[in-house]
Order: sequence, then structure tokens, then C-alpha cells
Amino acid sequence: MTPLLTVNDLSIGFGANPPAVRGVSFAVNPGETLALVGESGSGKTVTCRTILRILPRSARFLSGQIALNLPDRQIDLTALGERAMRRVRGNLVSMIFQEPMRSLSPLHRIGNQVSEALCLHRSDGQRTPRRVAQVRVLETFARVGFPDPDRAYQAYPFELSGGMRQRAMIAMAMVTRPALLIADEPTTALDVTTQAQVLGLMKDLQRETGMAMIIVTHDLGVVANMAERVVVMHKGRVMESGPARDVLGTPGHAYTRQLFNAAPAIPAQTQAALPPANTDPILELKSVSKTYAVRGRNGWAPRTIVQACRGIDLSVQRGKTLAIVGESGSGKTTAARIALGAEVPDEGGEVLFHGPGGAAPLPVHLLDGPARVAFRRQAQMVFQDPYSSLSPRMRIIDALCEPLDIHGIGTPAERRDKAAEMLAQVGLGRDMMYRYPHAFSGGQRQRLSVARALMLDPSLLVCDEPTSALDVSVQDQILTLLEDIRDRMTLSYLFISHDLAVVARIADEVAVMRQGLVVEQATPDTLFHAPRHPYTRALIAAQPTPDISRPIDLSVVAQGAGSPQAWPEEFRFDAAGAPALTQVGDGHLVRAHV
Amino acid sequence: MEILKYAIYRFGTMLLTLLVVSALVFFIINLPPGDYLSNQIAELRATGQSAGVAKAEFLRQEYALDRPIWEQYLIWVGFWPGPQGFYGLIQGNFGWSFEFDRPVAEIVGDTLWLTVLVNLAAVLFVYAVALPLGVLAAARSRTWVDYTSAFVGYLGLATPNFLLALILFYYGHRWFDLPIGGLMDPAFEGEPMTWAKVKSILLHLIVPTFVIGTSGAAAMMQRLRANLLDELGKPYVETAIAKGMSPPRMLTKYPLRMAFNPFVADIGNLLPAMISGSVLVSVVLGLQTIGPTLLTALKTQDQFLAGFVLMFVALLTLLGTMISDVLLVLLDPRIRYKGRGG
Repeated sequence: MTPLLTVNDLSIGFGANPPAVRGVSFAVNPGETLALVGESGSGKTVTCRTILRILPRSARFLSGQIALNLPDRQIDLTALGERAMRRVRGNLVSMIFQEPMRSLSPLHRIGNQVSEALCLHRSDGQRTPRRVAQVRVLETFARVGFPDPDRAYQAYPFELSGGMRQRAMIAMAMVTRPALLIADEPTTALDVTTQAQVLGLMKDLQRETGMAMIIVTHDLGVVANMAERVVVMHKGRVMESGPARDVLGTPGHAYTRQLFNAAPAIPAQTQAALPPANTDPILELKSVSKTYAVRGRNGWAPRTIVQACRGIDLSVQRGKTLAIVGESGSGKTTAARIALGAEVPDEGGEVLFHGPGGAAPLPVHLLDGPARVAFRRQAQMVFQDPYSSLSPRMRIIDALCEPLDIHGIGTPAERRDKAAEMLAQVGLGRDMMYRYPHAFSGGQRQRLSVARALMLDPSLLVCDEPTSALDVSVQDQILTLLEDIRDRMTLSYLFISHDLAVVARIADEVAVMRQGLVVEQATPDTLFHAPRHPYTRALIAAQPTPDISRPIDLSVVAQGAGSPQAWPEEFRFDAAGAPALTQVGDGHLVRAHV
Repeated sequence: MEILKYAIYRFGTMLLTLLVVSALVFFIINLPPGDYLSNQIAELRATGQSAGVAKAEFLRQEYALDRPIWEQYLIWVGFWPGPQGFYGLIQGNFGWSFEFDRPVAEIVGDTLWLTVLVNLAAVLFVYAVALPLGVLAAARSRTWVDYTSAFVGYLGLATPNFLLALILFYYGHRWFDLPIGGLMDPAFEGEPMTWAKVKSILLHLIVPTFVIGTSGAAAMMQRLRANLLDELGKPYVETAIAKGMSPPRMLTKYPLRMAFNPFVADIGNLLPAMISGSVLVSVVLGLQTIGPTLLTALKTQDQFLAGFVLMFVALLTLLGTMISDVLLVLLDPRIRYKGRGG
């Protein structure tokens, strides 16, 4: 079989730097999916953008051939003029990008943006008339799963959810029936259940149209679910390539094996386990609710009430990790903010902090002014994005010493020693203190964030998705670090995440949240062994595992991730009422009528 | 329909703002001790002209200057019966100018429309120049096109307006035979509108428009360039290119639409800046705009004249912001549908 696309000895450089892509070659057969796998900086995105020549101005094409072999003709993409290239883009080869919100213009209707792809390209020498284009777009909308294509045609991007926006992007790429679809991290910005559904949709469309796909991803689980062939890239070079079954089954290259070992996965075989005894809590949330009044469209419209948290009862045991898992909008971050005293719960909710040494519990929800500042010495936060949580204009030592400065602890010399000590704790050298954040990689920055959180010797750390902005191998290191310092410094964690695989590894107890409610709560082992709630089941089923023999079961995902009204009778809830959280086993709670 | 409702709502808030502005204007003008007439009476007394004093006293009563300040304000606006009953700004009585000894309406009459004309022309000039140059500078950023336009722009920003006016007058007259000074040929002043008069006004407008508009255009161009450069780095631009759009079409359909918001929002700020900024230019160029009149009125505490001119400027500003607000709602669906979803 002649491959549809061949890339041969491709090298791309930026300015005077060493090439970002070095001698990359691969081929994609018609109707086949190829996955380009690698971590950030591996050159996978540059490679896929070179095919359509969508590169920053500073990029230099150093060598290589890219050829597109259609049934009737062969096109040399590297030799093509700009005008001819435009006829390839979006017509023969389409592309989907990572962030569906930012990849669509917020000012133009979805229908306008999608039908434009059709109107730009002539089929059989004829420009597609607008009327015909609209019919084709509406058909495509129906195909990619819009319940009401006409409405979607008239909608603006900000009126759609993330998953629906990515469906619109897929419709835009598919409407011209391209021979090749390039998807650059198409599901990285989506919730895990949405990711599963979007991946399923892409596969179905491929089966129907027979197009080839290139999926660029860092997630081996996505690869296992989608690809027939895999190309593993590292620092601009191809490390290993071949059929997915071989590469994923028996990885030949050491780097691929390293990626595998780092990738967190939900354990395949588990047994029920007992939760930590509720004897020595450090933090307790008691019937914590939070409602926000969202202002109406104008002065006259009534305010709408949003229930971010509804009656949450949770406790973090001393020296243990409680994880809150949920998708965006589930209320997990609000719960964390309330736990830190950054937000006040609604009337009736209580947040109690039990300091070390058996002192009387501190009512966090009642603190104000100086008392709240004092409380922050004991509870600190590690944030999601290590790139924006460190000021680029402060040296590391200043960032680290600032907490001590605020609380007036120690002399400058003592503060410096403390900073050096904490840097050693997170595995960084003393000599790094006088650098600025830009000199550090993402993983090192996250270590710095942890070090900063530790400067005040807190007993509780709230970690808000601390690894979701990081590459898998770095994610692995940070999780190891967090486990390590938890045991070494007897810390307790409240761990917020959307990633069950990460939680499976670090948590002692897991609470699954959906629409402000805790729907299931158990130890990770129990949860993965015998999940009871349809939503938990959907979350587990949607998690892509780097194992070809365990594909995502979309029917489970679709049922659990849908609206609560679509759940089986005993689990249903709405804004007015919900079943109580009921004990179904040892330390296993499910929100259901039993 | 939604947009009409919004326009009415904005109009309502504009009227309220205007009311607040009127109070501020009136009280601030009256902050310095004394008024035009009491100054005059004191002067007449000192020179022993008692006949004049009687006339001035009469005027003081006639214009209610002997009443408390809040009552004066209400009479001026027309909410309170004065010596002639309810007869203030809202009833169409703009007051009396003591300095010129004529009704305010008569003094400002023509100049009002000429002011609007000059500034409208300048605003149009700003947009007509800044839009293409800004887009060009952004599309060809870091090339000679960008650097040249930036250089010319900064030159425009840095040159004092009156100096530019004098230079343009000299060379405009020498090379293109453009008229010097004024807004029309003196022969047409006070004459009814004719084709020849319109032509004369347009010809006289060229230099003032250029002078008043240059610095605004330069600033606006740089702002548009910066906004557009920001937008060009956004992922939706990449999407449009990946669709196969040609650069000019892509540029005008997507990033320019996005960069347009601040551009439109500036309409409101542009008007007052130009009117107050063009006073000196009007003096130098001998333009019959409202600027020089305002300057005289403020210097001599001619309160009704000054008050009216300030109110007029405020009205223009508020109209400008209202127009830009309504345009923004039309342009940006995110503002239109805020709170509806997502």
C-alpha cells in the first residue's frame, strides 16, 4: 500500500538554536491513525505543524521532504507555493487544536466559522454556494453530536461547553472531507469523560470516512485507544516507531519504557480496603455549602443562584491524604478555598482545624483579620500552574522568604538558611537561590512552589491540581516528592484533582464530587474495586489506560457523565433535593437511596 | 429589540450624568468669590458712574444673581421659576453673556456647528489614518513598513500642534494655495448656506483637521498595532490559517474584529480631548470654534457663557461614549449575551 503521507528526514530549527526537530521520518497509511507521542519540547507539535507549514516566523526549514500521495496525484508539500498550500490546508489536510475555546473566534457564530471552511475551497472548480454549504454544515453538526444543529449554527463559541466547542472544531475540520486530519492534543484541555466521548467520536468519523489521522499527544492512554502506529519523540528525534501493539506491548527503547513507568494508571486489579480511622482529624468540613448569586444580564434581570458546594462533610486525617476528585464545575476548588479560609461557607457550615498538640479546634470559618493570617502559617497551598504562580520579577530567595517576611519570622540570615533547607528538601541546590524563575523548568518550578509552601512549617497542604500542567515523567517526580515530604515532615494533604490515576497513587481516601455534591467516598482501592455510583464508574471508565486490551467503554461513560436525571432512579438528584450519603460498606459512602 | 432597549437605557443614564455634570459645572464656576456683575459694580462705584451701577443692579436681579447659589442653579437649568418664570437650559434659554452683552445663543450660534464640524472631521481623519496604518504596521511588524510608520507617528505625537499649524499654513499656502486662517472666506460670514460657502468651508478645513488629528491618529495607530499584534498570536488565527484562508482575508475577518473594541471605545475619549486640546490651535489658526470663546468666558467669570460651553462639551463627550457603547454591543456578542451561558 502506498502511504498517504510520507515525512522524510525532516529537520526544523529556530534561529541559531540547535534544531528542534532532527531527521524525523514517518509514514501514514490511508485510513490509519498515527500517534506522535512525546513530552513538551520533544518537537512533536513543530513536526505536525510543518506538514501544513503553520510555523512561527522564526522557524527555519533545514531539510526534509513531505509528500502527500492522493489516489489521482502526488503533492510535494515542501515545494508547494503559498497559494497552492492554501488549497491543501483545510481541504485535503485539516487540523484540530488543543484549546477549543481559544481556537474559535469569540465574535463569529459557529455556523459562520465552520461553513467558511467549505466556502473557501472549490469542489470540482466550483465555489460552494452558501446555501449548499449550510446544509452540509448542519449534516456535519448532527453527525458530531450536536442535539440541535440549527441552534449550534447560530450559537457563539462562549455559549457552548468545552466538549461542544471541540465538537464544533471537529466539524470544521471534517466538513471538507479531508484525506488527513491532524489533531494536536485534541483532548488535553477537556474533562476526562468529555475526552472519552470526543475520542470515540473521532474514531467513528474515521471509520465512516476512511480518512487518516495524526494524533499528537503526551498521553499514552490516548495512544492505546486511538492509534495503529506510534512514533515516540524525544528532544527532536524519533526514539522508537512501529505498530501500536508492539510499541505499547513491548517497548524497545529505554525512553519509551521510562514514559510507561511514569504514566499514572488506575490499577487493573484491586481489593476493597479500609479507610484511615477517623480518630485524629486535622481538618474537618461540616455541612459546608456555598452559593453564589450571579448577576443578571442587566440591572433588571433577576440574579441566578449557583450552588458551588452542597452540604459537604469531609475530614482530613493527620498525616494522610484526602483527595477530592471531580470535573470542572464540580465545586472541588471552592471546597478547597473554604478549607483554607479564603472563602466563607454559607450559614451553618463549619470548618474546624485541629492544630498539633491537642489544642482546642480552630473555627476557620469564623476567623478574620490577624487571626486568619496567623492560621495561614499552618495551612498552605500549592497551585496548579507553576509558570504563573511564581513572580517572574522575584529571585527565588525573595519568593521563598516572603512568607517569613510577612509573618515576621527570623532574621535575614535565618530566613536564608531556612530557604536553603527547604530547597534541599525538594531536591534543589542552594546555589539556585539567586536565580529568577525563568531559569527553571516546569518541574523545577513546581518544586519551588512546594518549597515556598513549606517555608512556614505548615501541618496541612492544600494541593490544587499540582501536577496537571506537567509532563508525565515530571508529574511522577513531583508525586514522589509529595509522598516523600508528607512522610518525612508529617504533613497532611487535601489534594484536588480531576485525574483518578494520580489520585489512585497518592490518596488515602477519595471523595468524588459532581455538581457541588459528594456522590461517593471511599479509599482508592475500594473505589476502583467496586465503584457504586454511575458517575464514579464513568470517571473510571473514561480514564484512558496505556494498554491496548483495555479500551474505553463509552456506554458506561455516556451514562454516568450525563445529567443526574439520566442516572438510575436511586441515584438521581436535582437542585431541590438529593439522596443522602449512605454507608454501603466499611467506610464506603454513596449518595443513593438504598 | 434588545439593542433598542439597551440604547434607551444608555440614553437614560446619559441624561442623569448630564444632570450631575451641570451641577458640578455650575458650582465650580461659582467657586471663585464674586461674579461678573459684582465685579463690575465695584469698578463702577470706584469710578463714580452711578448710572451704570443702577443698570448692573437691575441685571443682577434680572438674572437672579442675588439669590442663593442652589436657587441660581435650579433657575439656570430651568427647574425653578426665575424672574421670567421657568425659563432655563431645558426650556431653550441659554442665558446672557455679560462680557459680550448679548444672549449666549447668539454668540455661540454659528461656532457650535463649526466646532462640531471641525472635530468630527478630525475624528474621521484620526480613524481614516490610524486604521490602515495600524493594520499595516501590525501585519508587517518588525519590517521597514512598521518602523517608518512608527517614526512618522512619533513625529506627529511629538510636534506641538500650534507649530505644526504654522508650518502647514506657510507651505500649504505657498504650494497648494490653501487659504490661511478662519473656517471660511470672510465674504461668506453670516451668509446663508450656498454651494460656494460649503466649498470654502471644506477648503479651510483641510489644515485644521490635519493639525488637530495628527497626534490622536498617531496614538490610535500605535494602540491598534499593539492590540492587533496581541491578537495575531492567538490560537484562533492559527485555526483560520489551517482552514486555508489568505492572510489579508484572515486578518480582516478575525483579529481585526477583535482589535476593534478598544478602537471603538475610544470615540468617547477622543471628542473632549480634541475640543480642549484644540483651543490653542483655534487661537493660532483663527478658527471660529468654541474653544477661544470658552477661554475668554472663564477668564472674565462670564458664568452663563462658560457654563453653557462646558455643558456643550460634556454633551458631546457623553454622546460619544454612548455611541461607542452601543456600537460595542453591536460588535461584540460577548457583551450582548453576557450571562446567557457558558
